[in-house]
Amino acid sequence: MAVTPWEDELTRQLQEKFGEQILEFSSYLGQNFLVARPEAVIPILEYLKAEAQFDYLVDVTAVDYPERPERFELVYILYSFERNQRIRIKTRIPEGFRPATAVPVYPTANWLEREVFDMFGIEFQGHPDMRRILLPEDWTGHPLRKDVSILDMDQRWVRQHLGIESGQ
Amino acid sequence: MPDSTFLDATELVLNMGPQHPSTHGVLRVILKLDGEKVIGTECVIGYLHRGIEKIAENRTYAQFAPYVDRMDYVAAVSNGLGYCLAVEKLLGVEVPPRAQAVRVILTELNRIASHLIWLGTHALDVGAITPLFYCMREREEILNIFEKYCGARLTTHAFRIGGLQYETYDTFEQDVRAFCDMFLPKVDEYEELLTGNRIWIGRLRNVGILTAEECKAYGVTGPLLRAAGVKWDLRKAQPYSGYEQYDFEIPTGTIGDSYDRYLVRIQEMRQSVRIIRQALDGLPGGPIMGKVPKVIKPPVGEVYVSIEAPKGELGYYIVSDGSTQPYRVRVRPPSFVNLQALDKMCRGALVADVVVVIGTIDIVLGEVDR
Repeated sequence: MAVTPWEDELTRQLQEKFGEQILEFSSYLGQNFLVARPEAVIPILEYLKAEAQFDYLVDVTAVDYPERPERFELVYILYSFERNQRIRIKTRIPEGFRPATAVPVYPTANWLEREVFDMFGIEFQGHPDMRRILLPEDWTGHPLRKDVSILDMDQRWVRQHLGIESGQ
Repeated sequence: MPDSTFLDATELVLNMGPQHPSTHGVLRVILKLDGEKVIGTECVIGYLHRGIEKIAENRTYAQFAPYVDRMDYVAAVSNGLGYCLAVEKLLGVEVPPRAQAVRVILTELNRIASHLIWLGTHALDVGAITPLFYCMREREEILNIFEKYCGARLTTHAFRIGGLQYETYDTFEQDVRAFCDMFLPKVDEYEELLTGNRIWIGRLRNVGILTAEECKAYGVTGPLLRAAGVKWDLRKAQPYSGYEQYDFEIPTGTIGDSYDRYLVRIQEMRQSVRIIRQALDGLPGGPIMGKVPKVIKPPVGEVYVSIEAPKGELGYYIVSDGSTQPYRVRVRPPSFVNLQALDKMCRGALVADVVVVIGTIDIVLGEVDR
């Protein structure tokens, strides 16, 4: 199955409101998503929450594509209890870009964004508490980036803690 | 009383955990107290972080399946179901009806097992020791069924991508039916011990209240959301694995306190039995494995699939780059997201209530930390 365009009442409203800010509306395997410019994400979330009953932020996560100029893809998954509908909002950001936080719109985003920071090193601007959440404070690097390998992490750990060259 | 005495400076920071029996694992909560009153909490998590999502990128789709059981290890079957459904959706594989029905039976049995662990340990935290033994006794029967079915009791790896690995054993139906018949009166027994118990009500009523609005704002799902009066269950809202065929109720509470959550989970166990019985009655014959290619290589694309796990919405966001290994697997863990609301529920409460609130969220640290 291929990616097909997504068109309905909601996309028309969003198109009208945000125009060029939204790059594509698509649907894959029956799941709708849109790709927006990074600065438009928070206004889109605000709009969807206020005007389209998307009152539940399911998840915030990221995917790393090191070979692309805009390296990270940020993904926000929203759900509406009213419509029983789930949509994804995606945006592409380069290394070092600091996207705005979604915490004022959805308090859930707090820990979810902290996890994205912890795992990918994406810092959210305006986040109330931008610290690591799962890894220890003195951890170096962000493990879910594609250039971090689990073998290296393992070796670094055994060298430091067990004093042997490799645990493999 | 003078306006300001040295007693005003009694703000106390207290560490609870990570080694503390009522934090249900290795959760550290830093409490800021004014006497007995909680004025703020902070969770320190990650002690059990194993990098499940990173591991996924280094394994094939089939190899990763057993790892998901290690997240919410008291509901391993649910984890496996969610993962299998997500990969099947990516692959476009149809699961045969028999496999779907057996999946529902095992998943519901696991929901009961998970709720039993919750009930036993929660009651223990509050001071009632007997329910723990009762709950463990009934849970043992479920684990025996799992063991007979797939050889494992806790981290079962019961399902495979596309269906099931094993056909049910000879007395499977009999065993499950016997369990259902035995179990319902036992639920009444738990209720006799707890529902009208003055200490139980005293400790749980009006503790850790989370309204429907707050639940939605914090992304809290599962029994917590239902206890706040929202009739929402993914098995009904977006049915998967054939749940639309079964007739069951979504129990809800009224004010969303710990006692409502207790009632909701008790009702859910009864509803699970109801689903299991229906699934057994209509258990179809036929194959147990769909048409899955020998080498699992989903086409390029991404998918988000979520199920109603015992703790709430468990989602898998899988990105495929067309190779044998997933490009990215993101797990949306219900425990992690629900735990975030701890601070909201604890503020203004007493220290002893923190124990109740941690218990009532029903967290499994393996899933919080992944």
